[in-house]
Amino acid sequence: MWHLGKVIALHDETATTRTITLEVPGWPGHIAGQHVDVRLTAADGYSAARSYSIASAPNVDGRIELTIERLPDGEVSPYLTQELTVGDPLELRGPLGGWFVWRTNQTEAIQLIAGGSGIVPLMAMIRSRALAGNTAPFRLLYSVREPAAVFYRDELQALSRQDSAESVTYAYTRAAPKNWPRPPGRIDAALIESAAWPSSLGPTCYVCGQTSFVESAAGLLIASGHSPDKIRTERFGPTGDRK
Amino acid sequence: MAIISRGFSGRRSATDEKLPPGQYVTTGFPVLSAGPTPHVPLDQWEFTIDDGANVMLRWDWKSFQDLPAEKFTVDIHCVTRWSKFGTTWEGVSLDTLFADVKTDASHALVRSYGGYTTNLPLNDLLNKQAWIAFKFEGEDLAAEHGGPARLLVPHLYLWKSAKWVHGITLMKKDEPGFWERLGYHNYGDPWREQRYWSD
Repeated sequence: MWHLGKVIALHDETATTRTITLEVPGWPGHIAGQHVDVRLTAADGYSAARSYSIASAPNVDGRIELTIERLPDGEVSPYLTQELTVGDPLELRGPLGGWFVWRTNQTEAIQLIAGGSGIVPLMAMIRSRALAGNTAPFRLLYSVREPAAVFYRDELQALSRQDSAESVTYAYTRAAPKNWPRPPGRIDAALIESAAWPSSLGPTCYVCGQTSFVESAAGLLIASGHSPDKIRTERFGPTGDRK
Repeated sequence: MAIISRGFSGRRSATDEKLPPGQYVTTGFPVLSAGPTPHVPLDQWEFTIDDGANVMLRWDWKSFQDLPAEKFTVDIHCVTRWSKFGTTWEGVSLDTLFADVKTDASHALVRSYGGYTTNLPLNDLLNKQAWIAFKFEGEDLAAEHGGPARLLVPHLYLWKSAKWVHGITLMKKDEPGFWERLGYHNYGDPWREQRYWSD
């Protein structure tokens, strides 16, 4: 039931976020958007588990990547982002979740909206699309505090350069790069209007981030005419210790 | 047999006997929903009990508010591993709603605004175990937490406590709901850690 993975690489995405690459013998494969439960066990048998989204595309070599943001008062994320080293074993269960997923046989337009570390399961969808050679038109609207907090920047840039059907728009909420066209601020109706697929195209929308972000972004999509049944959400709270 | 995580000691709130296995205590109230939050105006709200073919009982917001309500304090447990102790609610017991219902149904499918469903044995909804709640900590229940009204079945994982509840369909045979079709356990007892299909 619990798989025993081994850490084969660690990579810092930002000052507080680390990507862990695991080799998991017997891994059954996953669908982009799914998550795993990760379990830590102390020497006396006490254990703690949390859910984390899978960042990597489905693959056949039994490897998965998790991108984990350190929560200052978290019980599990500080260990995973600071203590864990290459070669360590790590127990995980999954893949889990069958709703917030994108399958490579989907052909409709896709609107992704990420708030902060909510990018992780959406990145798995972007990577899955690229790996499968799927040509569904994808747009990502990525709300992030400041440039230094962006995950996967180079990879996102390369993917959207290679492929005109893949576009990324950043919405900086606290500090934007020099000469950025939009002053720092949250996603609003005007940005949905200019950067998201129009509702007339009938895209499936995936929105992931903290609860208040998801409530706001999903509300803006509905206000601009998107059907609620085309909007899939994944929320995590400050106390939820998800992602 | 669990593998020891070198250097991990953890936080140890888990000595509390009120905490089911694999859970941790939170003082916040995280939100988990599969889609956007429905906003249901009170003058359009209704709650029905049907047998799959015919509506047996129907309430609008006003007639629902006229039913005897109870205050109750319970611990709640989410499958995403957080538990919250001592939450206080106000709502109508399902025993009150079912007082005059004669049925040979064994199961219930709870239906929500927005299309969510969840299934339970009918017995788990009766005998002082379940409520339709419309107040949380003395305030009207916020939409993101399931307002105007949600089911509360605290002895099962919280996905069984459907938000934005709209009605209950009685069934002679069990039928999986939304998450129960998508990998989550059909019954969902936190004390037996029934999280996923394979549990």
